[in-house]
Parts: sequence; structure tokens; C-alpha cells
Amino acid sequence: MSDTNFDLVVIGGGPGGYVGAIRASQLGMKVAVVEREHLGGICLNWGCIPTKALLRTAEVYHLMQHAEDFGLSAKEISFDAKKVVERSRKVAGRLSGGVGMLMKKNKVTVFDGQGALAGQGQVKVTKDGKNVAVLKAKYIMLATGARARTLPGLEPDGKLVWTYKEAMVPDNMPKSLLVVGSGAIGIEFASFYRTMGAEVTVVEVMNRVLPVEDEEISMLAHKAFEKQGMEIVTGATVKNLKIGKSNVTATIEKGGKAEKVTFDRVILAVGIVGNIEDIGLEKTKVKIEKTHVVVGKYSETDEPGVYAIGDLTGPPWLAHKASHEAVICVEKIAGLTPHALNTSRIAGCTYCHPQVASVGMTEAKAKESGRKIKVGRFPFIGNGKAIAMGDDQGLVKTVFDADTGELLGAHMIGSEVTELIQGYAVGMTLETTEQELMETVFPHPTLSEMMHEAVLDAYGRVIHV
Amino acid sequence: MPIHILMPALSPTMTEGTLSKWLVKEGDEVASGDIIAEIETDKATMELEAVDEGKIGKIIVPEGTEGVEVNNPIGVLLEEGEDEGDIGDVSAPVPVVPAPKAEPEPEPEPGSAPIEKALPAPAATAPRTAPAVPLSGDRILASPLAKRIAANARIDLAAIKGSGPNGRVVKADVENAFSGGVTRSAAARVSSADVPDFGQAYTEVANTNVRKVIARRLLEAKQTVPHFYMKVDFVIDNLLSLRKDLNGQDGADYNLSINDFVIKACAVAMRKVPMVNASWTDDAIRMYENVDISIAVATEGGLITPIIRNADQKGLLAISTEMKDLASSARDNKLKPEEFQGGGFTISNLGMYGIKEFSAIINPPQSAILAVGVGEQRPIVKNGALAVGTVMSCTLSCDHRVVDGAVGAEFLQALKPLIEDPLSLLL
Repeated sequence: MSDTNFDLVVIGGGPGGYVGAIRASQLGMKVAVVEREHLGGICLNWGCIPTKALLRTAEVYHLMQHAEDFGLSAKEISFDAKKVVERSRKVAGRLSGGVGMLMKKNKVTVFDGQGALAGQGQVKVTKDGKNVAVLKAKYIMLATGARARTLPGLEPDGKLVWTYKEAMVPDNMPKSLLVVGSGAIGIEFASFYRTMGAEVTVVEVMNRVLPVEDEEISMLAHKAFEKQGMEIVTGATVKNLKIGKSNVTATIEKGGKAEKVTFDRVILAVGIVGNIEDIGLEKTKVKIEKTHVVVGKYSETDEPGVYAIGDLTGPPWLAHKASHEAVICVEKIAGLTPHALNTSRIAGCTYCHPQVASVGMTEAKAKESGRKIKVGRFPFIGNGKAIAMGDDQGLVKTVFDADTGELLGAHMIGSEVTELIQGYAVGMTLETTEQELMETVFPHPTLSEMMHEAVLDAYGRVIHV
Repeated sequence: MPIHILMPALSPTMTEGTLSKWLVKEGDEVASGDIIAEIETDKATMELEAVDEGKIGKIIVPEGTEGVEVNNPIGVLLEEGEDEGDIGDVSAPVPVVPAPKAEPEPEPEPGSAPIEKALPAPAATAPRTAPAVPLSGDRILASPLAKRIAANARIDLAAIKGSGPNGRVVKADVENAFSGGVTRSAAARVSSADVPDFGQAYTEVANTNVRKVIARRLLEAKQTVPHFYMKVDFVIDNLLSLRKDLNGQDGADYNLSINDFVIKACAVAMRKVPMVNASWTDDAIRMYENVDISIAVATEGGLITPIIRNADQKGLLAISTEMKDLASSARDNKLKPEEFQGGGFTISNLGMYGIKEFSAIINPPQSAILAVGVGEQRPIVKNGALAVGTVMSCTLSCDHRVVDGAVGAEFLQALKPLIEDPLSLLL
């Protein structure tokens, strides 16, 4: 029987839990992670990573279809859906194995099973209904994540009506697809399937796609998707799904009018709910609000010694938020003095085509906050590298506080912007003003030059437009 | 080829100056050594000599221009056989920055001999912008945004505890400070923008360089030097009678002042308690090997402190003569930098104005200043009985980082017999 006394027990081995465990180990704690399914969590196994593998396939496929634009010729371009999925699964598998190695290397004990709070300072681990162990811990971190939300009348059946999980492993490509919800998850699948040839319809209840993004970016994305042949219906809801033998008939309601449309497949991407069940919260003081655990600045719950991080807690529901939150939580437990998480400096990335990335406040939010602002814009069409890449559609936009020069937000759409946004995020974390960004020498030729120009533009100093 | 007359570096630390007056005009013939212009530096007006003979071909920088950077061409000298056509393009290669502008930074190295160098001063610098929060001492770690917000709100960053890495002040710290009521920075308080206009009538007298230096240095001293004060009364009847004897000697062509005695007495006392002849630095207390005493002299342009160097080695007569020369040069604005830069201790005497006593601000980077009041007849207790004595009150201001109370007291204790029984000074 292995040792069951720990300084910290983490329930859930996703990007929040395992990163927190490693940090705790670095700080000299004796740590265990309880994981019910696979290390790396949804992110690594059924989320961020495998979708990126699929989207890479779509990108290469798209380039092959446009080979002529680059002076190349490619004939009889086709794909094997099985192999596409296989590649995606391999990538996920490789990384999950990597997390296992990291746990070993950092002397984190991993328990295979479902973890649940079992009295003060105790975590019970069960597997298939059988008790595996009872762990004692000074501190417990809940990192059980979230799962797809379902709405009444919109329940997945796993065959024709999918959640992200089934959507990631199609046995063949549907001819027609309905995506319900145009957040990051919905739009990434819509983009993937559209590029691979499916007729895709996206229904969004809000008045624009990617509704958390800056409105200008949403509009540009909307136009780009439509140009690719996607059908987008905003301000609409899917009332009902009638599942047939090989297709699904959806009732789409917009402006009081209902319309019935039939699709091969439906993907539900209408948000997430926290995994608050079966982890022993009932007998604790841990507070729940709308399926998420309520925590303080340093992830502490109302139950002494119990902490919660990541998707299980409040937004933004992003893997990198979970990781960082876990690190802060652990450092606080260890007696260090980390800054609490500033969610306004967490970048969000959507890997559709064209990509969308942003950090901080949208222009509208910045205005709402009562600040005087300066806004800068720079289009991809003015950037040499973008033109050379054959990808000259897109925009970089900055929002500054006019009084202090604080970079309040940055919003981008276009090729590779998900790799660019961290530049602004670093600047925000270092509390840059426009001056430091202007004084930074951006290498030529890169897409990043647009980040410089978008800052210059906010102050009337743009060069290349 | 025509010779460019350059803005001279009149002291090792001078970066710019005011071209106050041209003494020649275009077309004038000059000989090597002729005085051609007057240059006002931070503390004094200096004469500019021609280094070659020739004809003044062109005056590039007009007189009255402030902030002319060192090594900027200010005029052109034509040599024999050259005429105006040889001058060519003389539009100043480095732009002449009109006033007002950042102050030069005169940071005299006390105790070290002034460096006379014939080589060009450091390359002319671009106009410097004042730091958002001008404070002396250690660099304050702060994010650019924190600095900007603090500067906008005129909050003193030094008063804010940083919560970032290595105590870096971040935005949140400054915002928290808003509620905490942190002191606003001094720079804000002295900036003209902060002087409200209540509609009173006024005229504005432009600040001379000397005025600006006084303002900056004394503000810095009062803000950054922890002052404390000790007062002592000296009975100077013996000193007065000795002075009378010496001045009354046959053939005496001198007139020793009370201040000359005070200078000499301080010099001797400084040798006994050398800690008052020292400067604070972050790493060490710098104790000066020479006894150089700065003497406050009022001039029309403002206060200046010429130095009696090696005062402990000089006799009363030598001190007296030198003091008269220095004071007269100071009033004529003719002090050379080495005559006022440095010093390890200052004496400020307002006795001639009938001031009974006052507390002076330390002259940084020195650590002590003696404020001397008037010598006047006061009732004193002598051998248990009331008597009349001539009493002079003096106040020593000390930088507590260097001079502790006991050390300051020791100095005054050493000074007292030297002033009250000054015969020993003659030894």
C-alpha cells in the first residue's frame, strides 16, 4: 500500500490540476493527483490539443486546394477521415503520456480513480465503485473541470447529435452540419468541417458570432465565414431536434418565425457546466453558483483547507487560466505572495480560419467603463509578411486608456494571430504604456509588425497605411 | 579654414549654459586671449576667451540664449586671408534648444580638486525630459503604467510599497495608494501649474540658473536629509577684545571680522571632530581629508558658497583676506567653479542683519552647517552673579545619517573654547 499522507491532494489531472501539482512539488510539498480518466484532462485529450491537430489538417487541406495561388499544382486532393482522426488521437495520446512522465519526474503520486472529499482533510478514491484509498491531506485542490452544457430539447445522443467529444472523432465527414452556438468551440468545429467540405450552418442566440470578442472582430469573422460558404444565423435559437434514422431535423426560430431544417449531424456547443457532482461537496461549506464553485481571490472555498481552480470555478473557462490559477493557489498555500489572477489580462484564442485572438477589454467594454480611450487599427493588407504568405485578410486592433496610456485590450483576426497575442499579454502584465510598445523594435518582416502599427495608429502615428 | 567657436565646458559637470553676452560683434578683430563673450553656468558667469587671433566672421548663437549645449558652435572666427564666403553652412549642427529646459546637473565632487580638462565635454545630449517622479536616491522599481498613473495623479512613487517582483510598484499599488492618501510629490508642489491664480496682480521674475539651482538643491536637502538642530550660546567678549587688539595694532592694514574667527575656530574644531566634515553615500560615509569650509555669501543673483580651502592650515589674516576676495568675486558673479564647488562644511552668518538665531538648511552633500547669529549684550550669569556679556547664538544643523546628536554636541563642545577663548587660535 502506497503512502496516503500528503500535503496537497489535487482532484483532477487536467491542465489546472497537474500544473498545480508540479508547482506544489517544486515548493517542497508532498503531492498526489487523483484522476478518473486520463492525465491532461479534457484539454489535452478531448479539447484544445486534438482540435488543433484537426484544424491543422484543415489548414493544410485548404492550402492544397489553393496550391495554384502559390505556383504549385496539386491534383486529386482528397482525405481519409479515419486517418485524420487517427493523427489527432495520436497527438493527444503522446501528450497524455508526457504528463505521466512529468508526474513521475516531479514525484507526484497519481491515483487512478474518482476522488471525493470525505471529511476534513480526507479524500476518498474509488474506482468502478470500489474503494481504492483514503488520502489524508493538509490542503485539497478541486480541479475537476467542466463538461458540455445541454439544454432541454437539445440532448446529444452521441451518434447524430454530438458534443465536442463525438465531433472530434467522426467516422466519416457529414455532408451537412448544424452547429449550435458560435463560441470558440462551436466556431472551431464549424471551421474544420466547412474546410473539409461539409455544408455548415451556425446558429447563435446572440446577435453576432464569437460574442465575447470585440464587435468589429466578430463582424470581420462573420464576413470571412460567409465567404467560405458557411451559413450563419444570429439572434436565433434551436428549439427542438428531431432525431431520425440518419439525420436530424432542427427547428430554428428567429424573430418569431420557426423553420425546420434537416442536417446529417448536429454539434451542440452551448457552453459548459462545472463538474460539481460526486466529489463530496454536499457535506462541506463549499458554495456553488450556477454549477460552478465560488472561490476567493486565491481560489479558497468556504470550506477551510479546500481550494478550487479552473473550469470548476468562474470564467474565463480556459486551460491557461486553470493552470495559472492553480499555480497562484499553490504558491499562496506555500506562504508566497503571488498576485491574484487578473482575468482582464488573459488572452483568448480561437483557431478557426481566420484565427481570432484577443486580450483585455473590447472597445465597447472600455467605453462602458467610462474611460477616455484611444483605438488603433492596422489591416493585414498593409503588412508585407501577410501578403507574402498569401493571407492578407485580417485586422489588429488596440484599445488604450487615453489618460494613462494603459493598454486596455487588443483584438486580432487573421493568420497566426493566436501566436501573436501573447506579445500584448506580456506587455499588459508588465504594465506597459503606449510608449514602451512604440519604442519596441519589431522584426521585419513579421506579422508582429502589425502589432506595432496598431499601437502607432492609436496615437496617429501609423506608418504603413 | 574658419574656426568654429564652441560653447565651452567651464566645469567638469557642465552640460549646457547660457550665452549671456557677446563682447564682440561680427567683423571685430580679436587677438588670442581677448574676452569675447560671457557664459553663465549654473552658478557663475564666466568669460570666454578667444583661442586664436582673427576676425569674428559670424555669431551663430545670439546673446541671451539659454540652454546652449557644450560644444555647440556659437560663432565663427575667420583667420587671415579668409572672408565671409569661407564660412559655409554654419546652421548649428546640434539644435540650439531655447529655454526653458532641463537643468544641468551640477554635482560637485567635494574634496576632489576641480578637473581641468581641455578635451571635449561629453557629447551633447538630447533634451532630457524630467523623470516622472524626480527623486534622488535609489531607483524606484515601478511599472511604466504605475509611473504614468502616479505622475498623472502627482503621487510620490517613493511613498508607495510595491507588491510586484522585488518590490516593484504596480498599477494596483498606486490605485490603492489613492485611497491611502499618499503624499503628493514635491515636484508637483513646486510646479507652477500648482500655484493657483486667485486673481492677484503680479509680475513674474524669470528664474536665473542660480535661483533654479538653489531651489533644487535646497528642496532636495530638506526632503532627503534628516536634519536635526542644536543650539549653543557663545560668550564672545574675549574674542571681541582680541579682535580689537589685533585690528588696532600699528600698521594693521586688515580688519578681521568676527566671522573670520568663526571660520578659523570651526576649522580647528572640524579637525577634532572630523565626522562633521563628511558626506553620506549609500555604501559608505565619505570623510574628507581637507578642511574646506563653504561660506554663504548673499549676492544679487542669490546665495552662493565660496570655499576657504584648508582653513585649518591658514592663519586668521590669510582667511580674512581670502574671504574678502571671494565675497567680492561672488558679488561680481566672477567666482570660478573651483572656488565654490566642494567644501565639507558650511557657515552661514546673518549676525550683520541683527538676526538673533536661525536654523540653516544643510548644503548637500555636506552633513552640517553652522548658522551664526548676532553678537549682542545679554544678561549672563557669571560666578553666581548676574552680569552683562556679549553673547552670540549659533545653531548647528546636522544630517543625522552621518552626524549623531552626541557627535554634533562634541563638535560644539570643541568649538566653544575656541570661540570663547580665541587666543588658542593663534597658536
